[in-house]
Amino acid sequence: MESVTSPPIVVPRKTPLNAVHRRLGAKMVNFGGWDMPVEYPASGGLIAEHRAVRSACGLFDVSHMGDIRVHTGKSAGGAMAAVQHITMNDASRLAIGQAQYSAMLYPEGTFVDDVIVHRLGQDDFLLVINAGTREKDIAWVRENTKGFDCQVEELSDAYTQLAIQGPRAVDALRELTDAHLDGIKNYWFTHGTVCGLKNTLIARTGYTGEDGFEIYVPSDVATSERVWNEVLEAGKDFGIVACGLGARNTLRLEAKMALYGHEISEKINVWEAGLERYCRMEKGEFIGRAALEKARAAGLRRTLVGLEMIERGIARDGYRCLNEAGEAIGVVTSGSPSPTLGKNIALAYVPPAMTAIGTTILVEIRSQRCRAQVVATPFYKRPRKALAV
Amino acid sequence: MAYPTEYRYTKEHEWIVVKDGIATIGITDYAQHELGDVVFVELPKAGAKLAAGKIFGSVESVKAVSEIFAPASGDLVKANAALQEKPETLNTDPHGAGWLVKVKLTNPAELSSLLDAAAYEAFIAEKQKEASS
Repeated sequence: MESVTSPPIVVPRKTPLNAVHRRLGAKMVNFGGWDMPVEYPASGGLIAEHRAVRSACGLFDVSHMGDIRVHTGKSAGGAMAAVQHITMNDASRLAIGQAQYSAMLYPEGTFVDDVIVHRLGQDDFLLVINAGTREKDIAWVRENTKGFDCQVEELSDAYTQLAIQGPRAVDALRELTDAHLDGIKNYWFTHGTVCGLKNTLIARTGYTGEDGFEIYVPSDVATSERVWNEVLEAGKDFGIVACGLGARNTLRLEAKMALYGHEISEKINVWEAGLERYCRMEKGEFIGRAALEKARAAGLRRTLVGLEMIERGIARDGYRCLNEAGEAIGVVTSGSPSPTLGKNIALAYVPPAMTAIGTTILVEIRSQRCRAQVVATPFYKRPRKALAV
Repeated sequence: MAYPTEYRYTKEHEWIVVKDGIATIGITDYAQHELGDVVFVELPKAGAKLAAGKIFGSVESVKAVSEIFAPASGDLVKANAALQEKPETLNTDPHGAGWLVKVKLTNPAELSSLLDAAAYEAFIAEKQKEASS
């Protein structure tokens, strides 16, 4: 007789701020195995949260993100060599205190995950990874750094990660820290006291297309709740609201930032995803490089484009794209109304011949075919100050 | 928000009310709250026939599409065209100006299987208890 095993009961994981979200009346969803707030009716809901981040500031709990530290083994240089081997950007170009967008690739040149690599020290790196891919990523890093003289440490559960995003984020955070925030450039970080917590990592990074910071504080519930509440209190004068994953998604989509499982995945390579800016072929060997060389020589079969709906309808992840003759040519990876633009926008993979701005593409929305056109991306770019500070 | 006692409700969160032989159908306050900001409504075109328990349209929030099921069978009399321009009416007045369609029922006996306001409120109270546990 065959033995029958019942499927494991999967209880969604909770961040240390779960009770806070529930007290605030957030609508909760399961995201990548995590019980997360999708929007806060008390903040006015998704669209109001989105607008707050574009015009003032918003606070996000992003503690579900994972963190992996790769640092020196017995002799210096091992961590650098390991990070160079497992990521596609050039970590040797980072100064201490600087971060870069990068990705870990399979030998096929497709994505294990996208990561932010922070250079903490001469031979010391922090990789911030996605929530849904945590276990896979840590196993991948451990397996592929075996031949290197370095230590790999998973710190995901050690940190509560908060994102304070928007043009007034700097003003809100300034109230709570002794760090000289204006001295931190985009994609740089420092360590300072935040809410009385010494040596807190403060990075000028985010996933909204807006200026902002991500801070990493100890993950015990008391500290996490205290910092969350102090940030909301300090941000009051600057229009801060608590923001959920719904706004996080529409904000990142307008800024054309990739989401794992949508624009990037184990089936999509770097060239298709249009992330060549972050892939440094000239740095030397790294996992995926050889396949990317071949793929480049072979030419692109599909590429990521931005779409704007012309006819009424909202393109969603997985909807088919057709040409005007009605032939299937591609697929939508993300789509949503854009609160900033007041239009329905989407990202889609289509053949390279159909990427010219203005090209008509039909999106199959249930039983209807709705016209869309290829537009320039990002859909939204934040206004830059006249003088860099 | 109170659930009108003269309405009947489905477990898929639609309501229906009959007046002078014409039924008006919409989605409940609970449904609009769960959806969040409604940004798009797709309704049947003139001549459409609704079949009880079958999809007749969809409502989209920023983040998702939800299909709407007919509480009872009938021939479309009118769809609420004002929702094209102002889909947010579904959030602000789901039991009134946010109505979706008016139909002439072809089998009014179907209404007897629907929930009354008290039963529907008990049903959503149970759902809310599950969600907060």
